[in-house]
Amino acid sequence: MGYERQSDFGTPEVLAETSVTLTIDGRPVTVPSGTSLMRAAAECGGAIPKLCATDNVKAFGSCRLCLIEVDGMRGTPASCTTPAAEGMVVHTQTPRLQKLRKGVMELYISDHPLDCLTCSANNDCELQDQAAAVGLRDVRYGYGGDNHLGLATDTSNPYFDFDPSKCIACSRCVRACDEVQGTLALTIDGRGFASKVSAGQAGDDFLSSECVSCGACVQACPTATLQEKAVKDIGKPERAVITTCAYCGVGCTFRAEMRGEQLVRMVPWKDGKANHGHSCVKGRFAWGYANHQDRITSPMIRDTIDQPWRKVSWDDALRFTAARLGTIKAQYGARALGGITSSRCTNEETFLVQKLVRAGFGSNNVDTCARVCHSPTGYGLKTTFGTSAGTQDFDSVEQSDVILVIGANPTDAHPVFASRMKQRLRQGAKLIVIDPRRIDLVRMPHVEAAHHLPLQPGTNVAVLTAMAHVIVTEGLADEQFIRERCDWDEYQDWARFVSNPRHSPETLEAVTRVLAGDLRAAARLFATGPNGAIYYGLGVTEHSQGSSTVMAIANLAMVTGNIGRRGVGVNPLRGQNNVQGACDMGSFPHELSGYRHISDGDARALFENDWQVALDPEPGLRIPNMLDAALDGSFRALYVQGEDILQSDPNTHHVAAALKAMECVIVHDLFLNETADYAHVFLPGSTFLEKTGTFTNAERRIQMVRKVMEPANGMEDWQVTQALANAMGLGWDYANSGEIMDEISRLTPSFAGVSHARLDSEGSLQWPVNDAAPNGSPIMHIDGFVRGKGKFVVTDYVPTDEKTGPRFPLLLTTGRILSQYNVGAQTRRTQNTVWHPEDLLEMHPTDAENRGLNDGDWARLASRTGETTLRVMVTDRVAPGVVYTTFHHPATQANVVTTEYSDWATNCPEYKVTAVQVMPSNGPTDWQEDYVAWSARSRRIVAAVESAE
Amino acid sequence: MDSSHLVYMANQIARNLAAGGDAAAVAATAQHITDFWDPRMKAAILAGDHEALDPIARAAVERLASVQRKI
Repeated sequence: MGYERQSDFGTPEVLAETSVTLTIDGRPVTVPSGTSLMRAAAECGGAIPKLCATDNVKAFGSCRLCLIEVDGMRGTPASCTTPAAEGMVVHTQTPRLQKLRKGVMELYISDHPLDCLTCSANNDCELQDQAAAVGLRDVRYGYGGDNHLGLATDTSNPYFDFDPSKCIACSRCVRACDEVQGTLALTIDGRGFASKVSAGQAGDDFLSSECVSCGACVQACPTATLQEKAVKDIGKPERAVITTCAYCGVGCTFRAEMRGEQLVRMVPWKDGKANHGHSCVKGRFAWGYANHQDRITSPMIRDTIDQPWRKVSWDDALRFTAARLGTIKAQYGARALGGITSSRCTNEETFLVQKLVRAGFGSNNVDTCARVCHSPTGYGLKTTFGTSAGTQDFDSVEQSDVILVIGANPTDAHPVFASRMKQRLRQGAKLIVIDPRRIDLVRMPHVEAAHHLPLQPGTNVAVLTAMAHVIVTEGLADEQFIRERCDWDEYQDWARFVSNPRHSPETLEAVTRVLAGDLRAAARLFATGPNGAIYYGLGVTEHSQGSSTVMAIANLAMVTGNIGRRGVGVNPLRGQNNVQGACDMGSFPHELSGYRHISDGDARALFENDWQVALDPEPGLRIPNMLDAALDGSFRALYVQGEDILQSDPNTHHVAAALKAMECVIVHDLFLNETADYAHVFLPGSTFLEKTGTFTNAERRIQMVRKVMEPANGMEDWQVTQALANAMGLGWDYANSGEIMDEISRLTPSFAGVSHARLDSEGSLQWPVNDAAPNGSPIMHIDGFVRGKGKFVVTDYVPTDEKTGPRFPLLLTTGRILSQYNVGAQTRRTQNTVWHPEDLLEMHPTDAENRGLNDGDWARLASRTGETTLRVMVTDRVAPGVVYTTFHHPATQANVVTTEYSDWATNCPEYKVTAVQVMPSNGPTDWQEDYVAWSARSRRIVAAVESAE
Repeated sequence: MDSSHLVYMANQIARNLAAGGDAAAVAATAQHITDFWDPRMKAAILAGDHEALDPIARAAVERLASVQRKI
C-alpha cells in the first residue's frame, strides 16, 4: 500500500445491543447506542475537525474544535462528548461553527512554531490538517505574545524526542499513557498557560521517568511534539506494509512504514486483533538489530572450531555441509543427525526444518526451543483438554471477573496484553498473583492484587493442590459443569486426593510458605468469579513439575467450570513470537504437525505419501537428550536455526562440551551467536522484515509476516533450508512460502482452512480452522473438550531434587525484563541497552546485608554447576532466601549456574529453582574472562583475499 | 547414553505418576518411556543395571523388556 495515515474515528467504538438512527448533514446514519456524534459522522464519511480526540482514548472535550449544532439543542456542543440519539438532526458545517473553529485554531497557531517547511512532520501533522480544514488564513493576534517556543527539546529517550514548543496541550499523550498503556508516566503539569506535558516527577526527563517507551504517546500526538528520531533522520514514510512483530507471543501487528528500502518506523496497526493498535518498546522501536554491524550476511565454513571462519559462496557452503552430513550419516546412521527449529522463525520455516530432519536426515531428532519454555504446556493441556494450546483469545480478558496470574510477569514479558489486563482490572476485576517475586502487577497505579501468594520457588503444585482442596472441601466445585463436561469417575478420584488433609493450606504452609488464610481467601475468590481466568508463564513450566503444574491449573479451571466461554480459560503466555506455531508445526521429536504421535501409522502414512519417503516410527531425541548423546558419541551433527542454545539452555558447561563433541554444527542465524563459537558452518539468516510467512501467537492466531525489504543475505530462511535440502539431493521446489503453507494445510487437520490468500483477505485466523470451524476458533472447548471428556489428573507434589543447604543456601530464579528479549541477540543490538546494559542479581536487603553486599556491588553467584559474577540490586521485590536474575547477556551467562534438573514429563529445564550462594566479588570470574577470550578467538573471520587464496 | 541419568529420569517419571496407584503408575511409566524416549535411550535403560531403579520404574522397565522380548 502507499502511505496513508490510519483511519481515526475520533472516539472509541461502542459495543451495544441497541442502535440509534440520526441525521448528520442531511445523511441518515445508524450507530450503536452511546456512539459519539464525532464517530457517527466519521462512520458516514464526514470529518468533523478535531485535535484532542482520537479513537483509542476516551473523549476529552478540551480542544473545542469539534463543535457541532443540533436541532433543538442549545449552543454548540462538542461532538466527541455528545452521544448520538434517536432522531437527532446534526449539522457539522455551518458559518457559525466555521467562525468558532477558526477562532480556536487561531489561538493554537499563535503559540506554535511556524516551521512547517522544515518540520520533521512534513505534512504528516494533524494540526496542519485541521488548520486547513477550518480555513485558517491568518492569525489576528500575531505571534509576538507570550509563547512556549523557547522550551528545550527533551532528547533523552533513545527512540523519540519531546519538543514542547510544538505541544498544543491536547493531553492525547497523557491519556494514551493512562488509558492505553496504563503506566501513567505522563501528566499535565501547571495550569492555564503554564500547562505543559511532563514525564515523571519534577526534574525527570522521559528517560529517567517511569515511561516504558511503548510509543503510545508518540502515536497519539497530533503534531511533531512527540516524534520518532528515525522520522527526523530518515524522513516521512512513503509506504506501509502490514506485518507481525517478531518479539514475544502476543503477536502484535504493525505497519512497517518505509521510505524506499529503508524502514522508518514500526507503527502498531489499529486493526490488529491481538494488539488493537498498541505496542511495547521492543516491537515499536527495537528493530535496529536488522542492520547492526554484527550481522553476518555471507555463508562461512571451517573444518574445526579452533580455526577462523572462511567466507565462501552459498554453493560452497551448502556443498561442504551436505558432504559432512552425508559422511556422518553413512558412518553413524541417520539417528546421529538432528535439528532444532526456532520459535523466532515462521511456521513455514519451522515446518521445513522438521521436514528436512525427518525426510532428509532420516531421523526424528528434531526439537525446538519450546523444549526449554512451554513443552509442559503441550503435555499438560493435551493430557487434560486434548489440545496443546491455550483456550481463549486475548479479548476474552474483557469479560473476566477474577484473573489469576501464576508464574508470569506480563508487564515485562507480554506488555501489550498486560495493558489490556490492566484495563480490565481498573474496571473492577479482581487479581490473584502467585509468584515468588512481587511483580509490578501486585501493586501499581490503579492496580492492586487482591491476593499475592509469594510462594517458595518449586512449590506451584502444592499451592494449586491446596487451592483445589479449599474449593472441593468447601463445596465450591461446579458439579454441574463437571458432570456434563468431565469424566466423573476421574473427578471423584481427584477430589478424594485433593480433599485429603495433607493437602490443606494449613498443612502445606510449611512447604509453600504461603499463609493458609491468604490461600483460602484466594481460592474462594477464584471459585466464585463468576468468570475466572488463569494466565501463566514460564514460572509454571520451567520446574521439575512443570507439566504437573499445567495439569493442576487445568484441574482448577475444570473444577470451577471456568472453561468454554468468554472471560475464563487457561491461557499460557508464550515467550517467543512463534512458540505456539513451532509446536504446531511438528517440531517435537515425538509428534508430526498437528500434535499427532510419530507412532500413529495413519498420520505417518499421510506424510510418507506426501513426501514420498519412509519415516522412522520411533520418537527422536529432545535437545537435552541430543546433548547427552553427543557426549557419548551417538549424536554427531546438529542444524540449529535461529536459536542460541549455548546461552539459553541450562548448564552452559555441559552444552559447550556437547557441542564441542559434535562433528558438524550448523548455525543458521543473523549473528555469530554463542552457539556459533562451536559451529563448523554458519548460514546467514534473514530478519522478519526480509521474509514472508506466518507466526502463530499465544491465542492460536495465525498472522502474516510480510517482506518489506530484500534479505541482506540474499535468501529468506525457508530458501536456505530448501537449498540445504537440495544440496542433499532432496529435490524440493517450493516457489514461495505460500506453497509451504499449502502443504501444512494439506497435512495438518487444524490448519486445513489456512492459506496465505485467506490470511491476506481476513487478516488472521485462530486454529483450528477446518470444516467444523471454517472461520477459526477464538474460544476452544465450548461445547465439549477436544479429547471428549475433560480429564482430571492427580498431581501429587513431588519436591525438586535441587536442595538448598549450607553450601548453597539461597534459591535462584531467573526471568526476563521488559526491554530485553530472550538471550538478547536482537535487543542487545539496539538502544534498548540504555535500560538494561547488564544482568543484575536481585537480592533481599537482609540477604545482602548478611553478606556485606550493597546495591551495585559485584557478587559471585555460584551453584553446583558453575559460577559467574554480576552486580547486585538490593530490593524487597524478592523474599529473603530468594535471588533473581535475567539471562539476556552472554557476559553474565546466567545459565552457567542453572542445573540440568528438568520437568519429569518433558525435560523442560528447571530454570526457576537453583540452589546458589552469593558472595562479594571484585570482578569477573576466571571462567568469564576465559569465555570472552575463547569467544573472540572463535569469531575470527579470515580476510576475503586470504579466503580467495 | 549415561545410564545413571536415564535411571534418574525413569525414577522421576515414576515418582510423579505414583499417586495414581502402583499398577497404573507402572503402566503409565512404561507408556511414557515408549512415547517419548529415543530408541537408544530405551535400549540403554533396558540393558542397564535395574538395581538403582525405584520399584515402579523397575517394574515399568521390566514390562518394556518383556514386550521387546516378545517382539
